[in-house]
Amino acid sequence: MATRAPERAAPPRRPGGKRRLTARHWRHAVDVKASPYAYVAPFFLLFCAFGLFPIGYTLWVSLHEWTLLDDEHTFVGLENFRVLLADSYFWNATFNTLSIGLLSMLPQLLLALWLAHLLNRPLRAQNFFRITLLLPNVTSVVAVVVIFSQIFGRDFGLINWVITSFGFDGIAWRDGTLSSHVAISTMIMWRWTGYNALILLAAMQAVPRELYEAATIDGASSFTQLRKVTVPMIRPTIAFVVITSTIGSMQIFAEPLLFGAYTLTGGQDRQYQTLSLFFYENYMRLDFGFSSAISWMIFVFILIIAGINYLLTNRMKGSIR
Amino acid sequence: MSHPPRRRAARLLAPLIAASLLAAACGGGESTPAPGAASGGAAAPAEPVKLTVALFSDFHYGPLYEEFKKTHPNVEITERRAQFNDHHNNLVTQVATGAGAADIVAVEGGFIATFREVADKFHNLNDYGLNSRQSEYLDWKWQLGLSKDGSQLIGLGTDVGGLAMCYRPDLFKEAGLPTNRDEVSALWPTWEQYVETGKKFVAAGGKAAFTDGPGEHFRAMVEQAPVGFYDTSDKVVVGSNPDVRKAWDVAVSMIQNKLSGKLTAFTPEWTTGIAKGTFATMVCPAWKTGVIKDQKPGEGTWDIAAVPGGGGNQGGTHLLAPKQGKHPKEAAELINFLTSKESQLTLWKDASALPSLPALYEDPAVATFVNPYFGDAPIGKIFTDAAKALKPQYTGPKSGDVNVAMGNGLGRIELQGQDPEEAWKQAVADSEKIK
Repeated sequence: MATRAPERAAPPRRPGGKRRLTARHWRHAVDVKASPYAYVAPFFLLFCAFGLFPIGYTLWVSLHEWTLLDDEHTFVGLENFRVLLADSYFWNATFNTLSIGLLSMLPQLLLALWLAHLLNRPLRAQNFFRITLLLPNVTSVVAVVVIFSQIFGRDFGLINWVITSFGFDGIAWRDGTLSSHVAISTMIMWRWTGYNALILLAAMQAVPRELYEAATIDGASSFTQLRKVTVPMIRPTIAFVVITSTIGSMQIFAEPLLFGAYTLTGGQDRQYQTLSLFFYENYMRLDFGFSSAISWMIFVFILIIAGINYLLTNRMKGSIR
Repeated sequence: MSHPPRRRAARLLAPLIAASLLAAACGGGESTPAPGAASGGAAAPAEPVKLTVALFSDFHYGPLYEEFKKTHPNVEITERRAQFNDHHNNLVTQVATGAGAADIVAVEGGFIATFREVADKFHNLNDYGLNSRQSEYLDWKWQLGLSKDGSQLIGLGTDVGGLAMCYRPDLFKEAGLPTNRDEVSALWPTWEQYVETGKKFVAAGGKAAFTDGPGEHFRAMVEQAPVGFYDTSDKVVVGSNPDVRKAWDVAVSMIQNKLSGKLTAFTPEWTTGIAKGTFATMVCPAWKTGVIKDQKPGEGTWDIAAVPGGGGNQGGTHLLAPKQGKHPKEAAELINFLTSKESQLTLWKDASALPSLPALYEDPAVATFVNPYFGDAPIGKIFTDAAKALKPQYTGPKSGDVNVAMGNGLGRIELQGQDPEEAWKQAVADSEKIK
């Protein structure tokens, strides 16, 4: 959508008065040049106050030995970052974050595609199904985790009940690295699959019908149509979904925190402590310098991932145009 | 310093649950609050004063405020409440930035050490004559309200969380152990004897575990020692304090003898296990009786015996007056009133908050109180005995975090099969990293 004011017809020229700018002309010029900035200013002012400034200030804090209750903050340079990068718990949290992110994102994307594809054909009660897709997303994350923690319970959980009824040993979901990651990924998938499916569905509806008609005439099955027509046509949207879910997965916090019954270490062995949780653990010790360093590293990771995504998206766009 | 957060969540719920637990038994109706203790401050030419009180749950102070206003008609009291963690985090921010704190704030035992470090940010209640209360208090509770060097009084104690051992008579019977609470208490004067009892329980071959997990036991053992995780210069002494190592070894022997049900407190399998009987004993601060009842195991399913090793405490609150407050005199008077003998007795009746004034332990309302849900256990006596028996121990600024690090070590032995010596080394290293 165009944000610039539409160009007006040039004012009628007065003989000899070409160079003389009246106050009215001047106001007009200011209006055209400056007011767009004024319109977007509220957002940028708020962004500076609540986005940009905290990011900068966090960097400043991260260069200090800084605990909240101490009045003195000693400048220590990059010491916090040095300690952080040498901290094996930090890399453990990074691994967990990536692992949970991948485990939740890949199946989620495929499932969302499939659901969107199903809903993209004439169905009875279409709106009902679409709203249903969004329901898990509007449920409070706390409620979701509480329910899933029950389902993944070791002694009385639904899943273990099924497993043991087939004669196998139950799984101590919380205690293993992989098993806890699977449990947490499931919670994330439950909440976000429908949401992503709706975004993909919106993109699918913009795909010209003729393409499907032509494909049908050529004898392509529904699955082939999804693979060969739909997916290539909605690539930019898929890229968008991937970017947002990757960034979201860098911030996984409530699920591991509540899954571990509010333990900040994410399990005895930190087997499911994510980066955000690692940050929160140190923040709760009021070690602000160190936790600022952690949040900056998370920021850097997100920048890297966004950068990679940007490059990939650009290539994708190139391939369809 | 902070408590293991899962316990925070529980303690948040506990007063509510405990309140409902006892409300019925106490036989409803207003207990007439005794005449105001702090009547001395009611001066005639009173200018209006507004006091705010910040709490982390319903302390049932409402009727007490009304009582206080009778002697201080010029004082207007507003109460604000926040969720347990938020309340304490906000307070840290408010104290650090010097703005926004209430006139009176509640600080729970897990956080009090943090604020003792910065005693100069709070009004010294000695200046308002409150040091006269010292003789009334449990010694260790009083000490917690002093600044680190002991020169200033920053807070007065409200309630305490005496420690006991909850157990299931039905499972004890199956294992051929005594079921009567006095006989059960006699089984384990020491933690070693507790482990021996556990071995007998396991040998009987029942399906249930003897106890939930070793973490709470370890913590109770450390808190019973003369020196805990810190020395008085705030150095973490986990690695060199023989008492910590002894507690660790007992906890490890609990794991190795398969006494433990491999349960982490407040996980779904733990809470469900309370009702389903997957474990037979657990360390029980007063507020945990509410957690048990909430799982509806049935009346008389759980009973309460004494904790091994003699006494203990978990939790309990202090009232502090931040220096930002403009009316220190009135705030001190209100603190004095809310923590007075009469108020604490009222709060025991209304909110089952265990008093921190030993004189009240002789009061029939406390001493003879029995709880039918726990087989008519005299919980007033059991929990106050435990609180009385506890010797004061110096708590360092982050003992809560150290306790989590150590508990995680025990958990790794039990759940991830880590070698006990490795786990010890890692836990000590983790503890010493906490600053």
